[in-house]
Amino acid sequence: MSLYDLVHETLLSITSNKIRTFLTVLGIVVGIASVILMVAIGEGSQATITESIKSAGSNLLVVTPGGRTSGAFGDRGGPPGAGGAGAKLTQDDVDLIAQLGGVAQVAANGTSREALTTPGANVNMSVTGVGEGYETVKAIETSVGVFISSEDIRGGTKVVVLGPTAVTDLFPEGTDPLGQKVRIKGINFTVVGVTKSKGGNALFNSDEVAYIPLTALQRYLTGSDSISTINVEATTAEGMTQLQTDITATLLAAHHITDSTKADFSVMSQSDILSTASTITGTFTLLLAAISGISLVVGGIGIMNMMLTTVTERTREIGLRKAIGARPVDITMQFLSEAITLCLVGGVFGIAIGWGVSEIVTATGLLTTQVSLSSIGIAVSVCAGIGIVFGYYPARSASKLDPIEALRYQ
Amino acid sequence: MAPILEIRDVVKIYSTAADEAPALGGVSFSVEPGEFVAIMGPSGSGKSTLMNIIGCLDRPTVGTYVLDGVDVAKMDEDQLAEIRATRIGFVFQSFNLLPRATVMRNVVLPMIYTRVPVGQREERAEQALAAVGLDENRWYHKTNELSGGQMQRVAIARALVNDPAIILADEPTGNLDTKTGEVILDTFRRLQAQGRTILLITHEYSVAAHADRTVHLRDGLIVDGDEAAQ
Repeated sequence: MSLYDLVHETLLSITSNKIRTFLTVLGIVVGIASVILMVAIGEGSQATITESIKSAGSNLLVVTPGGRTSGAFGDRGGPPGAGGAGAKLTQDDVDLIAQLGGVAQVAANGTSREALTTPGANVNMSVTGVGEGYETVKAIETSVGVFISSEDIRGGTKVVVLGPTAVTDLFPEGTDPLGQKVRIKGINFTVVGVTKSKGGNALFNSDEVAYIPLTALQRYLTGSDSISTINVEATTAEGMTQLQTDITATLLAAHHITDSTKADFSVMSQSDILSTASTITGTFTLLLAAISGISLVVGGIGIMNMMLTTVTERTREIGLRKAIGARPVDITMQFLSEAITLCLVGGVFGIAIGWGVSEIVTATGLLTTQVSLSSIGIAVSVCAGIGIVFGYYPARSASKLDPIEALRYQ
Repeated sequence: MAPILEIRDVVKIYSTAADEAPALGGVSFSVEPGEFVAIMGPSGSGKSTLMNIIGCLDRPTVGTYVLDGVDVAKMDEDQLAEIRATRIGFVFQSFNLLPRATVMRNVVLPMIYTRVPVGQREERAEQALAAVGLDENRWYHKTNELSGGQMQRVAIARALVNDPAIILADEPTGNLDTKTGEVILDTFRRLQAQGRTILLITHEYSVAAHADRTVHLRDGLIVDGDEAAQ
């Protein structure tokens, strides 16, 4: 049988029962579309996280409590001192770092996850206690009102600045949040400002946050003088390595630790954070891909099911084809080619739909997604692979049918 | 003239159990080119087994089978497929047409396994359909819109299209009424007149009567006509 005939026979056969073909292909479409979409979400998150780390400035060093293996994202919700018993940073450490040469600015912050309540809502979110200079180092801008002032930080005033998502979560639409009260741990905080949107990703929405003075956080919420992150901005990019060494030495001495491998804090530069972040987002992407991969396997089983049904239904046709001269390999190729074609057709539509939905998700501003050529390439080869794996057994059993028995089959 | 088909001492044993009689117990006969031969026998006589061996769908356990000058008894599966494609035209009791396909596609089908160039297929199919006398206005109808007699003529056209050495028909009139059956048997006789060799398997005397001669089978052996009549 020539390639032309193979293709021709395949097309005739898959178009002969359009509804069944459509439903079978749908399984593959859904599987591939979800893989494309999930990988796009994962990679989009990776891109936005990388972007946001880079936009924080290349001169930034981040000091967090705990050893290197933990607390890399200490400013993102882990309780102060997450690195272990006694491992904590305090205002004394901040002051020591501020005195070092090559430091442009130091900004400390603490975080705590709290329930924020207003008369109409109750929302859990990350509350960041900001120290002096935080606004500058993190490049935070307000769209309404003002940010936490130095006076607020020194006095521990009960004021709060909300992210735009936090505002919509807490207040009915159209309410002017300025001057409103928000209860955190039973204490009323007054809203003084709203930050500009920074966008979010699948891992973390940087607009769903509340900023309060660090002193207020320590006094009313955590009850401890711990600091979860010290952001240090160096004066020059060239001085980063030296500054990293200096900070480490200073804090080791202050914490009375002689063995640097037992440091109860870590000093990370932007590239350290980037590599940690991409490890996390890489795992995250893989996880999403694996979950959606399950639906692809289910789609493949659907293909196998349809092919087995087809082989049974067409037993007499197979017998006839053998009688008029089809070799076993011709029969195998015919059914294998049907399975592969179904998968590839499903793959093409799946890619189109997955891509389309990714673009829509991005357009809604909910999440940033990024469809990569490699995920499309993988999707296509996975499709062909599924066709071969799940089509081989039915095709093989068709080719092994005894023509005499097959022709008598009722 | 050399026989077009020669079977010598063919034995076919299906079961390895010692107490079971062989399906064919040593059958020999030959067919000359252009002959119309009927093979007759009651069910269980071994005529289906013989047909499967003649049709190269099965191999004899012992014995030789020379078809059109080629010894096919020891061929492997792919070689047998090639023989079936080029030298044998099958006609079945239940037609075995592709139901949702057109007459033309059914007749073209065997040519995809003999690599006939695409451009020549339709012409050859038209010749075969003309040879069996099917109305030209039916050629592009779907086969499930045809009558039984028309379907069987499509099947015969399909058997002819690769220009085989013999046409092997297994109870071709079994699913047809007597009158339509006569039309089909007339078709076979017309093909014989054009020089085709025809082998027809049946259990009906009235059908076998159309052939030049009849080979009678009983219990896996060839018997003469009088014996078979008892």
